[in-house]
Amino acid sequence: MKMLSAGFLAGFVGVGTSCNHVIDEEFLQKHFLEMTDEEKQRVVRRLEEKYLREYGKTAHVSTGAAKPKTLWGYGLDLSRCIGCRRCVYACVRENNNSRYKPQLHWIRVIRLKKGNLINLENAEHYYNPETVPEEDFIYMPVQCQHCENPPCVKVCPVHATWKEPDGLVVVDYNWCIGCRYCIAACPYKGRVFNWTRPNIPKEELNPAMHYLGNRPRIKNVVDKCTFCIQRVRSGRYPACVEACPTGTRKFGNLLDKNSEIRYLIENKRVFRLKEDLNTEPKFYYFFSL
Amino acid sequence: MRAATYSFLILFLSGTLFQLPGGTAKEEFPVPPPPLSEGIFPCSACHEGMPVNPTKRELKDAHTDIKLHHAEGVRWCLDCHDPTNRDKLKLTSGELVDFGESYLLCRQCHGPIYRDWTAGIHGKRTGYFDGKRTYLLCVHCHNPHDPKFNPIKPEPPPYRPRDRHNVR
Repeated sequence: MKMLSAGFLAGFVGVGTSCNHVIDEEFLQKHFLEMTDEEKQRVVRRLEEKYLREYGKTAHVSTGAAKPKTLWGYGLDLSRCIGCRRCVYACVRENNNSRYKPQLHWIRVIRLKKGNLINLENAEHYYNPETVPEEDFIYMPVQCQHCENPPCVKVCPVHATWKEPDGLVVVDYNWCIGCRYCIAACPYKGRVFNWTRPNIPKEELNPAMHYLGNRPRIKNVVDKCTFCIQRVRSGRYPACVEACPTGTRKFGNLLDKNSEIRYLIENKRVFRLKEDLNTEPKFYYFFSL
Repeated sequence: MRAATYSFLILFLSGTLFQLPGGTAKEEFPVPPPPLSEGIFPCSACHEGMPVNPTKRELKDAHTDIKLHHAEGVRWCLDCHDPTNRDKLKLTSGELVDFGESYLLCRQCHGPIYRDWTAGIHGKRTGYFDGKRTYLLCVHCHNPHDPKFNPIKPEPPPYRPRDRHNVR
């Protein structure tokens, strides 16, 4: 189908100019998992040229693979979160999300009445008081839970989204057809849709990118939290972890016995969101108090 | 055989005992320098030769910004600051520690929190988590004289679906 439409387009616009050439290449490129290293290099070069042209910035697009013996896990301390949304906007800046029209947030901080934690129907994420935390509420940031058994991956008709060996659920934006089955399948509202090309101020573009992560998206594709794949695969903490002013957010390798995430799972009261759905999230909410 | 066992035991014990000043394990935590107010350190620059006044009082000449809200009913300056060596903090054991190791002071009361901090659960880590991560001192986030967090203004809520900033 994709080949057909590419062929049609090539016939329609004619050949010769460099612009058409780029469009052809974009249409004809393979699924990320099927690309050879050389093909990846070519795609990366093309993308970097494109971003230089569009944003006037030299970007570096990594295609780095998962490190062996890693399985990333996330911890979030509900005793500490004050609902200030610093993580939400740090994430938007780090991951080159569209700022407006549409505004795409990968983290949704929901507010719940104290003592009513399981009643997610009464959750509110448009809260806007003068100051946080408020007396009677607790806050619960929700983002992609990077399930071991991800329902979004199962429903994708073209295998544009999959689980990497280090546990990250990622999207090949160039392979996504925009059917949004995955958005419907995700019980955590972890995915968002690029209704238009992203609106990113040129000077705010983050040039450290990953092919499966924060490179500027194209129109009509789905994207989601990747635990900052561009950062964690080079050993750094995700942006939300570093932005949190209360140290609520924890991150680490679930296979490393000495990691922070293993310590909190073994020593704190931990739960995972909607565990009954058998999605096996790798996102652990816990209480430190 | 027995002699070998004993000598091994002695070696083992000396290894643990002599590396532990004050009988406590001394672990190293990479922390940035403490957030001292500008120009305030060394404390001895002013306090040298000043008579020591241990009475509780309102501070009028200096340190007027400090309002103690940290178990102030039972505490005053010299419970944590050493009266003779002003550039050091004082543990209850009498041992002196640098401002850069103030967590040794805090942990005297906040043991479980300290345990979580050493494991990386309490407080924030930044940088690289495979080795080169940075710990923050307790005092980077908590004002030691008034440690409770103040409420802050939240970032704006997301646009609603029909907001003009969100509609195509």
